[in-house]
Amino acid sequence: MSKGILYDSTLCIGCKLCEKACAEHNGLPYNDGIAAESKQSEHKFTVVLTENDHFMRRLCMHCDEPACASVCPVGAFHKTSAGPVVYDVWKCIGCRYCMVACAFAQPKYEWGSLNPRVRKCIMCPDLIKKGEATACAQACPTGATKFGERDDLLKEAEDRIRQNPGNYVNHIYGKDEVGGTSVLLLSAVPFEQFGYPSVAKVGDKALPELTGRVMEKVPDFIPLWVLVLGGVYWLAHRKEEVAAAEAIEKQGGVA
Amino acid sequence: MKFKITFWRVLFVVIMILGAYSTYVRYFRGLGAVSNMNDQFPWGLWIGFDCLCGIMLAAGGFCISGAVYLFNVERLHCIIRPVILTAFLGYSLFIVGLLFDLGRPWFIWHQLIYMNPHSVMFEVGMCVMTYTTVLFFEFLPNVLERFHLTWPLKIVKAVMPALIVAGILLSTLHQSSLGSLYLIMPSKLHPFWYSPAMPFFFFGSAIAVGLAMTIFESVQSAKAFGRHLKLPVLVELGGALLVALWVNALLRFEDFFHRGMLPKIIKPSYEAYFLWLELLLAFVIPITMLSFRKVRLSPKLLYLASLSAILGFVTNRLNVSITGFETWAGHHFVPKWTELMITVSIIAMGFFVFSIAVKYLPIFENEAPHAPAEAPELIRREIPKPSHVTT
Repeated sequence: MSKGILYDSTLCIGCKLCEKACAEHNGLPYNDGIAAESKQSEHKFTVVLTENDHFMRRLCMHCDEPACASVCPVGAFHKTSAGPVVYDVWKCIGCRYCMVACAFAQPKYEWGSLNPRVRKCIMCPDLIKKGEATACAQACPTGATKFGERDDLLKEAEDRIRQNPGNYVNHIYGKDEVGGTSVLLLSAVPFEQFGYPSVAKVGDKALPELTGRVMEKVPDFIPLWVLVLGGVYWLAHRKEEVAAAEAIEKQGGVA
Repeated sequence: MKFKITFWRVLFVVIMILGAYSTYVRYFRGLGAVSNMNDQFPWGLWIGFDCLCGIMLAAGGFCISGAVYLFNVERLHCIIRPVILTAFLGYSLFIVGLLFDLGRPWFIWHQLIYMNPHSVMFEVGMCVMTYTTVLFFEFLPNVLERFHLTWPLKIVKAVMPALIVAGILLSTLHQSSLGSLYLIMPSKLHPFWYSPAMPFFFFGSAIAVGLAMTIFESVQSAKAFGRHLKLPVLVELGGALLVALWVNALLRFEDFFHRGMLPKIIKPSYEAYFLWLELLLAFVIPITMLSFRKVRLSPKLLYLASLSAILGFVTNRLNVSITGFETWAGHHFVPKWTELMITVSIIAMGFFVFSIAVKYLPIFENEAPHAPAEAPELIRREIPKPSHVTT
């Protein structure tokens, strides 16, 4: 069973305690200045956005089939069976393909560092291992951020929409997007307002399939292409053989 | 040797000094200080130009070696050495560029032990590494001949057909894979450029630019090194370029048509202007020019048509890597001057090494008659003393 986070923005009061708890747990600085920053960065893995009295969290979605893990040439990212998508800094070569590939633009970079790391929410795998909830879920005073089994959270999200259809847009973000994510979102206003790409844009299939379709053809393509190239070589050089044969014939050799 | 101050020497020294300063900023102040890359634009000029365009501009190596050794086009045999040298230099400099762009270049070898076969980047990396090695061996006869090492030369020449086939195979894979890199970003890359056919576009444009670069280079080095220009070679290449451009243009048109983009690309917009520029330079101008017999028979006009095609496809790759992401990122990307200077000094380094190689190695040897007296004199005009090289 895989863990997940359900964030219900209608319950959120915008207190940003999740931001603070996240920073503390990850050993990041946090103060009034950082609290006022409205975008994620290498020192802010999650952010509570505000727009017309509506709140929305941004954090790594922990895709079931993460693009970052599939594109990394050295496999520095992987999805754990418990749910979190984690990062092994000691493998990273710093190509930043993960940042370009992520549909949610979650991996951030230490641009000022001389030995830079990719930074993002890793869903507190250490706490999950101990059987605890993520730091943000523990800190949330209203239950807007809830930690649990993803399947249970999905059912709960469906129930909440069914019981209060007027409160929500009829969509659980993360249920189908990019083939499903461990983080699920509920909102009263369209998710696109907060920078979440619509399912029409990112699709409901895992993004790695887009490159996987091409990559899986490579092993078949190699022998085929070598054969074609060899064939071209043989055909193109055959005229020399023909010329040699003609020369023999002219001399009245083998007829 | 008397040292004369010329415009090109002064320019080279200035570029190298600015490049050295930028290198200092890169390694002692970090990527954020040297470039305008940020979390919205994790890939800037170095991936867009040095990597995507650099690999395309060095494609002449596999195009011409394929034509000569596989398709047995004997007429092109006389240009194979300078073309291989260009490709070998291009790929080597690409790796140098990578050492600037990677955040942790000292771990570049991790690719060999922590392999992720699902990653397109991994495939590109392995192919580029192997192909650069292949190019090294394709280039090696120049060095072996220079030092009269007969038996190693025999071995390299014996395995040459295998090297050529390996080179073409590896090139096919990584040239197209540069396009596959972007397949995973359907929601970020602008629909003018995002297409499932990107691997085909990247491979097709590599062939067109490989041919165009060979024409461009032949005319250019004829001028710079006082070589005799072989018109039949250029005519042969010009015809092939025309066909390659038509195939590319048709592929692009079919793609726009099937994705329903045609009504959108004719409407003026920020992206449309860049697309028009790209299509104008890559297809409209060179195809129109090359359709005239007069152009195909004139080195100067062939040179201009090739230059237009090269600029067009460079625009295309910059559009894929930069313009196409500006709407998603919400801001324009303009490289910082230090970022630009690193690219410029890598290119300048390429010109410098090329002229040195031409001076000391039998690159133009099979272009009879070889005139050793004229080349050094001309080169002296081009390059400064090695002691002035600061990087």
